[in-house]
Amino acid sequence: MDWFSGLSPDEWSALRLSLKVSLVAALVTLPVALGLAFALARGRFRGKALLDGLVLLPLVLPPVVTGYVLLILLGRRGPIGAFLDQTFGIVFAFRWTGAALACAVMGLPLMVRTMRLAIEGVDRRLEAAAATLGANPAQTFFCVTLPLIWPGMLAGFVLGFAKAMGEFGATITFVANIPGETQTLPSAIYSLTQTPGGDAAAMRLTLVSIIVSLGAVLVSELLVRRAARRLEAGDAQG
Amino acid sequence: MLKVDVRKRLGALDLDCTFEAGPGVTILFGRSGSGKTSLLNMIAGLLRPNEGSIAFDEQTISDSRTGAFTPPHRRRFGTVFQDALLFPHMNVRANLDFGRRFSSAAADPRSFERIVEMLGIGDLLERRPANLSGGEKQRVAIGRALLSNPRLLLLDEPLASLDQERKDEIMPYLERLRTQAQAPMIYVTHSMAEVTRLADRIVLLREGKIAAAGAPQDVLHRADLLDAAEASATAAPFDAVVAHVEADGLAALDCALGRILAPAQGLAPGARLRIQILARDVLIATEKPQGLSALNVIEARVVCVRPRSAAIADVELACGESRLWAHVTRRSADALKLAPGALVFAIVKSVALNPAG
Repeated sequence: MDWFSGLSPDEWSALRLSLKVSLVAALVTLPVALGLAFALARGRFRGKALLDGLVLLPLVLPPVVTGYVLLILLGRRGPIGAFLDQTFGIVFAFRWTGAALACAVMGLPLMVRTMRLAIEGVDRRLEAAAATLGANPAQTFFCVTLPLIWPGMLAGFVLGFAKAMGEFGATITFVANIPGETQTLPSAIYSLTQTPGGDAAAMRLTLVSIIVSLGAVLVSELLVRRAARRLEAGDAQG
Repeated sequence: MLKVDVRKRLGALDLDCTFEAGPGVTILFGRSGSGKTSLLNMIAGLLRPNEGSIAFDEQTISDSRTGAFTPPHRRRFGTVFQDALLFPHMNVRANLDFGRRFSSAAADPRSFERIVEMLGIGDLLERRPANLSGGEKQRVAIGRALLSNPRLLLLDEPLASLDQERKDEIMPYLERLRTQAQAPMIYVTHSMAEVTRLADRIVLLREGKIAAAGAPQDVLHRADLLDAAEASATAAPFDAVVAHVEADGLAALDCALGRILAPAQGLAPGARLRIQILARDVLIATEKPQGLSALNVIEARVVCVRPRSAAIADVELACGESRLWAHVTRRSADALKLAPGALVFAIVKSVALNPAG
């Protein structure tokens, strides 16, 4: 356990930053992914196939390309980036918020896929039944649909979080590798492997990375299973 | 009073239906694929007609000309679906309370206990739908619809997905509902047994069109409209009141046929019930029979004799305003010279009488 207590201030900072970036990325993506998942699962509109493709794009593109596109669009001189900077004073480039945005974009396809499957699994006649019992569309959504897709949302959230913890290519391309600002765990590990004598530190951070990711996946598995059991049977759980 | 006048294109089927439904149980009767469930969904507001209008109690809830459309949650038409559709993430109590949570009209707080007792689901309240049998689920679904304080109750083949044992388990509750529910009921089925036990009025659907509508007495004798399987279960339903119970366990029942005797089976004087007389349980004699064990001998007049198959004929009998059917062999029909207008005696064994609830 010597190695663990021996995390240097820089290494701690990378871990804290990674957790913050990943959590913010997953939280911000959640409502967006939910909306997209509903549109793709149930919507009937022109350009649905195109939207589906766009959402999946970050999954199949080289992360470097995604990061570079973000830099072009959202960099200080980029069309969207300049507008946000001048109008709202929001800057993404070379900030931790930019790292979160890169992670959000990279995690979006995974979240949308998971939630879309959950939404498609809901028997829509249950919603019809709720309507005949007097529940308006909003009440039906919150009392019937949302509880039924809850396990899928949870799984999507954790998957997005875990993906963000591991995101490297798009992040380093978009916001570089600035210690204390944009240097997440993967970036820190990358830097250490490029530094003579950095092997021990790289190994420490690698172990930390494995522990956090494995923990996230295990916790999600547990929560999803418990939620699914509540739907299927199990009076005891209430 | 529900007034329906709708047209809807459904794949290969052209639905075109106009009918009215008043108090009591109106049965939408027809083979599968005849469009009865789609018709019910249009009444519920889950399906929009291409054309036409639906009105309930003088209030238009759907009209293709003006574009008026009341969404299902504002119609307050409690609906029971074929496969219950209980909310899997809620226990039975929460399922039952669901309608009450959203019903703008505050239901009588005592109604919960009353309905739970009527449906015999008091022991299930803390269970989850996954742990209920098919019959229990359907009873909870009926209770859930009733507790939403509906103005109209829609039932879509509530027994169709259950085995015979479960059907027998639920039927008494439906019969009780028929006499106790304040809201009118529209009941979709393709089962003749359910028709004869529950119908106050029948709307007969054939390929998206209404082939006949009216009292069971008037529709069920239209053998030309019913197929063989339906007609073989033809039964004349009669609403009866128990006049008195005799010491030997027989009850004297007053119904449209006059006074008839049937096993009392725990019925008390004054009790209301529906009896059905199956066509295969009716014998015909041309003279008043002597030395016969059957207790019910009813004077009747032959309305018509219709061949059902090579060997069997349907005889339709009129007894006052009421109709009765008998299945006899064609040989007997010829031997007895059964012809329209002939005066005969219909013999019904008391033990064959089927008190339903």
